[in-house]
Amino acid sequence: MNMNVKTEFKYVGTRPIRPDGPDKVTGRARYGADLNVQGMIYGHIVRSPHAHAKIKSIDFSAACKLPGVLATMSADDLPEPGDRKIPGGEVEMALKTFSPVVMARKKVLYHGQAVAAVAATSPELAAEAARLVKVEYEVLPHIMDMHAAARADAPLLHDDVYTQGVDPAPTTPSNIPTQIEISTGDISKGFAEADLVVERTYFVPMCHQGYIEPHACVVQTDENGKVDIWCSTQGAFMVRTLTAAVTGIDIGRFKVTASEIGGGFGGKTTVYLEPVAVVLSLKSGRPVKMVMSRDDVFRATGPAAAAETRVKIGVTRDGRITAIETDILMDCGAYTSHPIMAGVLFNSACYRCENVRSFGREVLTNKPRVYAYRAPGIPQPVVAVECVVNEIAERLNMDPIDFRLLNAVDEGDVMAIGIPFQAIGLKQVLQEAKAHPHYTAELKAGQGRGVAVAFWINAGMQSSATINVSEDGSVNILTGNPDIGGSRASMALMAAEVLGIPVETIRPSVVDTDSVGFCDVTGGSRTTLATGGAVIKAAETLVKELRKRAAAIWSLDIEEVDWTGGMAVAKSGTGLENMNREDAATRGDKTLTLADLAARAGATGGPLCAVASHNAHNAAPSFALNICDAQVDRETGKVDILRYTCVQDAGKAIHPAYVEGQMQGGAVQGIGWALNEEYIFNEQGRLDNPGFLDYRIPVASDLPMIDTVIVEVPNPLHPYGVRGVGEVPIAPPMPAVVTAVNRAAGTRLCHLPLSPPKLLAAIEAAEAGTA
Amino acid sequence: MQSQRKTHVSTTVNGEPREFLCEPHQVLSDVLRNTLNLTGTKEGCNTGDCGACSVLLDGTLVCSCLVLAAEVEGKGVVTVEGIGEEGKLHPIQQKLLEHAGLQCGICTPGIVIASRALLEKNPDPSETEVRYWLAGNLCRCTGYDKIIRAVLDAGAVMRGQ
Ligand code: FES
Ligand code: FES
Repeated sequence: MNMNVKTEFKYVGTRPIRPDGPDKVTGRARYGADLNVQGMIYGHIVRSPHAHAKIKSIDFSAACKLPGVLATMSADDLPEPGDRKIPGGEVEMALKTFSPVVMARKKVLYHGQAVAAVAATSPELAAEAARLVKVEYEVLPHIMDMHAAARADAPLLHDDVYTQGVDPAPTTPSNIPTQIEISTGDISKGFAEADLVVERTYFVPMCHQGYIEPHACVVQTDENGKVDIWCSTQGAFMVRTLTAAVTGIDIGRFKVTASEIGGGFGGKTTVYLEPVAVVLSLKSGRPVKMVMSRDDVFRATGPAAAAETRVKIGVTRDGRITAIETDILMDCGAYTSHPIMAGVLFNSACYRCENVRSFGREVLTNKPRVYAYRAPGIPQPVVAVECVVNEIAERLNMDPIDFRLLNAVDEGDVMAIGIPFQAIGLKQVLQEAKAHPHYTAELKAGQGRGVAVAFWINAGMQSSATINVSEDGSVNILTGNPDIGGSRASMALMAAEVLGIPVETIRPSVVDTDSVGFCDVTGGSRTTLATGGAVIKAAETLVKELRKRAAAIWSLDIEEVDWTGGMAVAKSGTGLENMNREDAATRGDKTLTLADLAARAGATGGPLCAVASHNAHNAAPSFALNICDAQVDRETGKVDILRYTCVQDAGKAIHPAYVEGQMQGGAVQGIGWALNEEYIFNEQGRLDNPGFLDYRIPVASDLPMIDTVIVEVPNPLHPYGVRGVGEVPIAPPMPAVVTAVNRAAGTRLCHLPLSPPKLLAAIEAAEAGTA
Repeated sequence: MQSQRKTHVSTTVNGEPREFLCEPHQVLSDVLRNTLNLTGTKEGCNTGDCGACSVLLDGTLVCSCLVLAAEVEGKGVVTVEGIGEEGKLHPIQQKLLEHAGLQCGICTPGIVIASRALLEKNPDPSETEVRYWLAGNLCRCTGYDKIIRAVLDAGAVMRGQ
């Protein structure tokens, strides 16, 4: 179903200043915690001091005695989740896997889990009241180690989790909710054909998305029972769906407005505070504001899964991959969430290989439930695959990019899951990287270079858009996708392209759930592709309407009217494709601008508006490559990233500056995950580093400039060739950094993060000849 | 818990005289945001680790989440709302926009304030100097590249280059 993909653009591909930018640099833009309303009170969550315990009783009586405490709540105020399934963007979710994350029911499964909440007239009073809530627990043994949790005799977190993906279905519960395996060809034959087989195991720790804005919301209810939610989220419609499900209140009663969002990266694709604030607001009859502390954010939201991946790759002497086997054990925290799927399906999707076996299990432990973090499930196994690929290239004495070019997938190749690739840009990405001056720049002693590539599938899903034309011909675009990284600018560019009017005359907004049709979350790298697709569709509908109006004014048939250069033009038999406004005017052709038609809208049929509803089935994969140069201080184990380059296929970069921004931001997150970031739990199962001082994300002085090269191999299924760019950037950095560091230090560390003490120990061991 | 008496504070915020009442334990970021409605100053941690709450206190760069509100008696506070003139952005703000030096924008007010303090002290900083100066302002979205370029470029504009 290849369509005509546009390749010549007037506005798309330029770099206008984003329309929401001026409000963000002056402090006017309003984020989750920036709303205060009259009569507002403050909610506070009571959190579990234990990593695993039964909740025996909750006593609010002392808290309620404090003057100014106006409402309390617990899971008793929410419906039992039972086996209800809630339709989600990509997969449906069982209510019982996220309702207890909002408010624990009968049991707590991680330290910091919400067990109750109170609302009072000041934040201090609410905190004081929360301390007075008496919760009686029966402490149970907690399991933090995923290997221990995976054992058959391990204490169970849930008595109703039976491993899915095993035939026959197990009859006893376990801590392994999901097992999945895919295979093609004959794996033993593949290894038998190999001249060299390398097998290694890599560990990647649990980490947090680390958005700077903590979760926040304000909930107001009106006299008709309508519930108004203002919150920081990646999806207002998702908040509506999930809050309705958790509270048992009809969806029709909610209106959700997404504030400006201070980062999400997948971590704001669920609800934590909103259902609690709804119940507290309904019980107190007052607007309720809730804001998480940074400590709460680290302990009780996100994180991304930890994983251990064993990978075994076989190659012939001349560098052809004959077999790839992966085995992943993924720590998903206390409730099932399925990041293992992508990890198993796509960890070696960059390579053409006839014999593939990929196996994975999810394990539940007494840690917070994991949520998406940019390309969820992929970075963890990709570290293992890419580091082994680098080792193989080195042992074969081949250039690592040449080795990848020899084995890279291309159009027509079939993925291990049986889906054939359409046009893809992996080879172009590899070639661009090889030609980049960074790749051949000289390294000094004590420095190392690593490269790595990665694949991500990208999502489509549902979106809507509305376009309204004002009386003066200016244009408003309404969509429902929170703008995390410049998407309003992209929407305006795409609409400008279709309408042929300057991008500055277009005002794009993100509106509430009552004001536009349904939109799935801003996630899955889908907004530019799918919501942009809806905007293009709505703009095309509007153009047709504008031609119709002009035709009516001129008493012509619509086929005799074209839309070009932002105006309707009566066809006069001349070569229309070569025409621009000046030509038309000088030739004396009849023209009507958008402003002309807007002024006469009443007389020609009423206001000019267009709506599009869109279910995008045209997502296409992205590939990204990173080159990293690192230097290691052999005295301290400190790593310096000296130079860094990202190459990525964007399909079509609608606003290139924000595509570069995604590449740079994802790369730096990956650098942090490789070198520093990890959740450290103590004996009691408590997170020991729940703040930015001890959970250290990269700061400006840790980094060099991050060079970017955008490759554009158009997605053949999208009118503008868009693929989606937001997620794949986090997959190549870890293996690129790990390879560079190990080369610089002469070590072979496979256990991330490569923090200074670990690296120092490895260097000392290597020097002593024991490694 | 709550004290009986609030403290009365007279101060100057963005050049305007302001008075407010605060609890003795209340921090400046809280008062700016929730009493004076200047929500441009952000809070990402309240422990002095993220820099989102950066303001200038008598010209010195501080984390407003670490300053007691009562301490600003008689002093001058500059927040992001006080940078640039009506209808005309400060070069740092303009360059952040031109370089796409913000994605989500939650760190941006802090970056604007911190960079202004830097360029005032050191009108021609090197890339390394900008990086070390901004090391207390966390940005999770951009990888800092475009922020650093914007600040260097703003410095050039302010030097009249
Ligand atoms: S809120 Fe003050 S430093 Fe983070
Ligand atoms: S732009 Fe999001 S934290 Fe800096």
